[in-house]
Amino acid sequence: MAVNADFVGRTYPPDGPHPVDAALVAAFAAAVGADDPVHTDPEAARAAGYADVIAPPTMAVRFAQSADRAYVTDPEAGIDYSRVVHGEQRFVHHRPITAGDEVVGTLTVDQVRQAGGHSMVTTRTELATTGGEALATCVSTIVVRGGEG
Amino acid sequence: MAARALATVSVGETVGPVTVPVTRETLVAYANASGDQNPIHQDEEFARSVGLPDVIAHGMWTMGAAGSVVSQWAGDAGRVVEYGTRFTKPVVVPVTGTELVVEGTVKGVDVEAGRVTVELTVSADGAKVLGRCVAVVRLD
Repeated sequence: MAVNADFVGRTYPPDGPHPVDAALVAAFAAAVGADDPVHTDPEAARAAGYADVIAPPTMAVRFAQSADRAYVTDPEAGIDYSRVVHGEQRFVHHRPITAGDEVVGTLTVDQVRQAGGHSMVTTRTELATTGGEALATCVSTIVVRGGEG
Repeated sequence: MAARALATVSVGETVGPVTVPVTRETLVAYANASGDQNPIHQDEEFARSVGLPDVIAHGMWTMGAAGSVVSQWAGDAGRVVEYGTRFTKPVVVPVTGTELVVEGTVKGVDVEAGRVTVELTVSADGAKVLGRCVAVVRLD
């Protein structure tokens, strides 16, 4: 089954809102060994100019991958998720994701191409607050491995 | 911590190396914090059943752990404004755990824009696991 190239350019309805709280930020920071107090100490975060504790840069992926779900599980998209590996990831941060934010992710399918028997699918998820303030642009390329033979 | 001053940063400056341990417990904690519960990152039997040598770390855990080294160097995690990589090789995590070695080099300093580009080399078991791993940090 091939990945459906007709999906290129398609934008899905917004995913979320996902509330961000201090406990989630602290758990993510601990898991990636991020010991900057701006992740765990509201005073340190405010001293650095933030409204509250901020997420480590790659925590944006939590919301981007949530937005991915509607696309990769869409039967018409032709993605066999058991054959998916993560190929590339890139983030552009407009401002740090902060405790108290309600995050909404809007996914667009940017590219579907074939390479060496595999399908490479690039998606772009724009993360924003429910108020419309831009948080991050997350660009992800997944590789859907081709079948045997 | 306070953000590093831009004036103190020069091209060729090195970051690290920093050694980051990773165990199965790390991956369970990452799965819960990220929402990525794929069993290839937690269940040895499942990982082997799909042709992997053992449990592997989430690529995004590896990227996140390497990013923490840049954040620490910058002195303020909120200063990392761009960060990207390719996942070139999985990090195999045996039951005894393993470790990443993260090393960075300052490749560019744009004084006018206040942006510093840091390229990272990330390896496990002597092999590079991330490709073209680049972070851009905004400094004053």
